[in-house]
Amino acid sequence: MEAAMDLMRRMPPKQSQTALSSLLALLPEHSQELLSRVDQPLEVLCDVESGKEFLLCDYNRDGDSHRSPWSNKYHPPLDDGCQPSADLRKLEVEANDVFAVYRDQYYEGGISSVYMWEPDEGEGFASCFLIKKDGSKSGQGRRGYLQEGLWDAIHVIEVGAEDEGTARYRLTSTVMLSLTTSDTDAGTFNLSGSITRQMILDLAVSEGHLCNMGRMIEEMEGKLRNSLDQILDTTNVLKIAFFSDQNAQL
Amino acid sequence: MLHSPEIPDSFYLGFVFSLCIFGAAMAEQKQSEPEELSKKQRKEIAKWFLINSPPGEIQYVAKDVESLLMDEHVYEMAVSEAFPLYNKTHMICLEMPNRSGEVLITAFGELDGSHYLDPRNAQVATVDHVKQVCSMVRPATDDELPSSYVEEFRGALDAELVRYISEAYPKGICSVYCISRKDAEGPGSDFELVAVISAGKHSPQNFCNGSWRSVWRIEFKDELQLVELIGKIEVDAHYFEEGNVQLDTNHECKDSTIFQLAEECAVSLANIIRHHESEYIAALEASYSNLPDTTFKDLRRKLPVTRTLFPWHNTLQFSLTRDLTKELGIGN
Repeated sequence: MEAAMDLMRRMPPKQSQTALSSLLALLPEHSQELLSRVDQPLEVLCDVESGKEFLLCDYNRDGDSHRSPWSNKYHPPLDDGCQPSADLRKLEVEANDVFAVYRDQYYEGGISSVYMWEPDEGEGFASCFLIKKDGSKSGQGRRGYLQEGLWDAIHVIEVGAEDEGTARYRLTSTVMLSLTTSDTDAGTFNLSGSITRQMILDLAVSEGHLCNMGRMIEEMEGKLRNSLDQILDTTNVLKIAFFSDQNAQL
Repeated sequence: MLHSPEIPDSFYLGFVFSLCIFGAAMAEQKQSEPEELSKKQRKEIAKWFLINSPPGEIQYVAKDVESLLMDEHVYEMAVSEAFPLYNKTHMICLEMPNRSGEVLITAFGELDGSHYLDPRNAQVATVDHVKQVCSMVRPATDDELPSSYVEEFRGALDAELVRYISEAYPKGICSVYCISRKDAEGPGSDFELVAVISAGKHSPQNFCNGSWRSVWRIEFKDELQLVELIGKIEVDAHYFEEGNVQLDTNHECKDSTIFQLAEECAVSLANIIRHHESEYIAALEASYSNLPDTTFKDLRRKLPVTRTLFPWHNTLQFSLTRDLTKELGIGN
């Protein structure tokens, strides 16, 4: 498995679907683990009842169906699909509404979904906050710089049991992006891939879980976006690799 | 793209998808004997991984592939087919024994599967692709070299480019080959040269590898007394600290100059190449500096329009949509 994960870190991100399919073909006995460990761009379905779109991931899947956060129903329908408890569902509904506003403020468009579930064992609960944005010229990119621009964010937060007014929040975030600029002078320029970061915090529960989780995600997304800037610096082949200083003015 | 892999990507994708759906379905149904992929299919998958390795990383990919295949025979077949393709595509540079210099491995200098021409020193290198080493070197025969007429132009251009490279690329290598009509005897004949420049930066401690490859095809057209150039530049980078981010850029350009004597042609051509490459670098730099502030904004802003962080705490006290909407000025 480690060899498989190392390959996923090296293969061109634009070909990650092909890479994953190849791994599944070579290691069919590891398919469950591969599908859960390898991040793939988020897929979208439309909830016919509410007319809103929602994002698909392992956490809202039961068999071949996915649960919509808006109607709480499975698509395609299931008789007895997995559901969060009534209390958790209440938090989930609120989270979806608030996160949609957050998403609009930062992403000026896009689709978001939040799913919550109780773990099989132990106390506390877990949630995932998903965002998908298409910032290309033909999508929702307002400034028209991108021929192709995809940003998929997956934030999974495990919340531990409350202990004397505080709880431990464990956040694992992954951002997958793919962007291609449409600048004819410079030919094609494509940057794609994914970065993952983690954050663990012990926070007072006085303002509510949603507040804590939301702030962590906001801080993390800011960090990830800055990381991308830094990555550009590092991969700036012009600076690090090829051209000696005296060539700057050529 | 500079290279053309044996297997077209779309065909490979279809092939692997059908395998994957089959394999995953088998695993899900928990059948006791999932159908085995044929050796050929496993070899093709291994080859695909190898050929798609980022610059300077094929040996790491090979280790992973070897452990996944668990079949030395299939592994040997895959590497023997994949390494030559990768080496030529990435124009790797190998040291020749006895300090005879370096040789670039490219399709243009290939004499046969394991012999590559070093036109600068008129030598032929014997290469082990999988080990990525040059095992032997011998002088080139007359047949393998261009005519003295063509060599005048080739050699002069090579010298000019070596000068350019030494100023511009601290880790760059270049070579000039004759790829057409190398037997042209004198004025009145057309011929074609190709100049390749390859530079790689491997910085594993920074979790980053990058490469520059430019290929300039130069056609000498005697009747028109014109020399036409077509350049293709490809810059790639791979960042792999807690993630996998890859940069892939491509650029094409054209130019021409008049057909003069060898020395004058060389100077003119080198200047054209230098000019286009530095223009491209400037454009790339502009793209890079644009990204954080403008291009990324189309994906996600640094801050909302309100220039403040999101008011999460307000969700407790107020009715969600009404007051958030008011506070954030939505719908104004």
